[in-house]
Amino acid sequence: MGASLADRGEAGSAVIAARDLDLTFQTNDGPVQALSQVDLDIGKGEFVSFIGPSGCGKTTFLRVVAGLEHPTGGEISVNGMSPDEARRQRAYGYVFQAAGLYPWRTIAGNVRLPLEIMGFSRAEMQRRIDEVLALVDLSGFAKKYPWQLSGGMQQRASIARALAFDADILLMDEPFGALDEIVRDHLNEQLLSLWKRTEKTIGFVTHSIPEAVYLSTKIVVMSPRPGRITDVIESTLPQERPLDIRDTPEFLKIAHRVREGLRAGHAYDD
Amino acid sequence: MRSVLPILTVLIAIVAIWYAGAVWMNSAWTLAQAERAEAELTFGEVVADTMRQERPRLPAPHQVAAELKNTVIDKKVTSKRSLVFHGWITLRSTLAGFALGTVVGLLMAVSIVYSRVMDMSLMPWAIISQTIPIVAIAPMIIVVLASIGVEGRGVPKAIISAYLCFFPVLVGMTKGLRSPDAMQLDLLKTYGASGWAVFWKLRLPSSMPYLFTSLKIGIAAALVGTIVGELPTGAIRGLGARILIGDQFGNPIMIWSALIAAACLAAGLVTVVAVLQGVTLRRMGFGR
Repeated sequence: MGASLADRGEAGSAVIAARDLDLTFQTNDGPVQALSQVDLDIGKGEFVSFIGPSGCGKTTFLRVVAGLEHPTGGEISVNGMSPDEARRQRAYGYVFQAAGLYPWRTIAGNVRLPLEIMGFSRAEMQRRIDEVLALVDLSGFAKKYPWQLSGGMQQRASIARALAFDADILLMDEPFGALDEIVRDHLNEQLLSLWKRTEKTIGFVTHSIPEAVYLSTKIVVMSPRPGRITDVIESTLPQERPLDIRDTPEFLKIAHRVREGLRAGHAYDD
Repeated sequence: MRSVLPILTVLIAIVAIWYAGAVWMNSAWTLAQAERAEAELTFGEVVADTMRQERPRLPAPHQVAAELKNTVIDKKVTSKRSLVFHGWITLRSTLAGFALGTVVGLLMAVSIVYSRVMDMSLMPWAIISQTIPIVAIAPMIIVVLASIGVEGRGVPKAIISAYLCFFPVLVGMTKGLRSPDAMQLDLLKTYGASGWAVFWKLRLPSSMPYLFTSLKIGIAAALVGTIVGELPTGAIRGLGARILIGDQFGNPIMIWSALIAAACLAAGLVTVVAVLQGVTLRRMGFGR
């Protein structure tokens, strides 16, 4: 069943391809349709944001890509494989809402965790730890414990951890949701430059419109009950994005379209 | 230094209540003696007498202190009358029982966390085991062990002690091993981590604060288990035996000094675990 997807994936260089994806959770209150007929292609090197109100399935979609949830209908391929296979081949790094660093490990120790599990050599581990900590600007903090770092720094450490084994895909589930706006702006800027340097494919869940517009090459607007895609916006913003690009008419135009999409999804809900 | 005053206050209050209790409980005997001798005693004489009876109902603190000095410091540690000797017998069994109980508790916790069947089948029995009075089961353990050829009291005492101390370890470690949240487990899943890796890298380290709390309860329980194991079994060595002998010979001062020695031993053991806990957790970065 994956063959046709894989072919299409290579042709359009789609790293992640979803066709008619359905996912229904069985709960005590009856079935809940978390995803309904989701169709989406994510190309190599794209930065794709998923935005929508809670319950729209944006996190669920990311978890399906990661193989943490399994769809009840439709097809999905990651690098031309099933998500489970892709996971076994370390196709992606996942960044959760909370940094989730182990309090008993130093920052370097936390970054080393996936490398230990995947069985890298000692020298290779050290090389990679130095490299990714430099990438997220935490070089001087390798020997610190998580509680000695601010929330923003902890989240950067968790991004370093996801980057450590150099997967091509980075999946991020509201990574900056718990941080204040100033820290958030700063991290957004850093994330953008990190993406440019590493050329990763990024899937990014958020509920902030400015964040989605500022970061993405593609914005996927979703709506709840059932969780589905209502709009897919290709960003027309240039590659180079200083923070004040958020005041340009072009930025505001895209932000407006996102807002319209969110409103449309909500319309018959009220 | 500011905490010295409240600590001293409580200590003085306890000693004062103890003295008052000694006067109150022992005066009956003093007055009965006086009546028999048809003597009139002043209040001061009554109080003085309650402090120096040979077989008081409640020995006064200084009597216990004198007995402790006599049996701990003055006697040679090899003497059968030395509390150090008896304390060592009890300590040895306690440590053996503690080690055994901790290992059993750990193994049971791991199997319960990893197997639903074990959770359903083992846990109820573990709970039931703790509802049976240890004094009822202790003689049976000794009889059963003797019938399968286990000589001496060391092993049965350690088993009785382990019987009490495995439970807090089991309960604490079950909770500790289950303490990682869904997100932390998902994270390891995204690395394709094996169950082995999840245990060693996440579950076990997460459970450390729970483990040490359980060990503190466990080691105190192990001591209680050992002393109880010495009581109904006719043991002649160990703090429990001292309590038993003191009871049989109507010597409350002996009972109380053995009790105080047991309490000091328990406090020492718990302190050792607490220090280990502090050092380990700080080194693991839990200290904040």
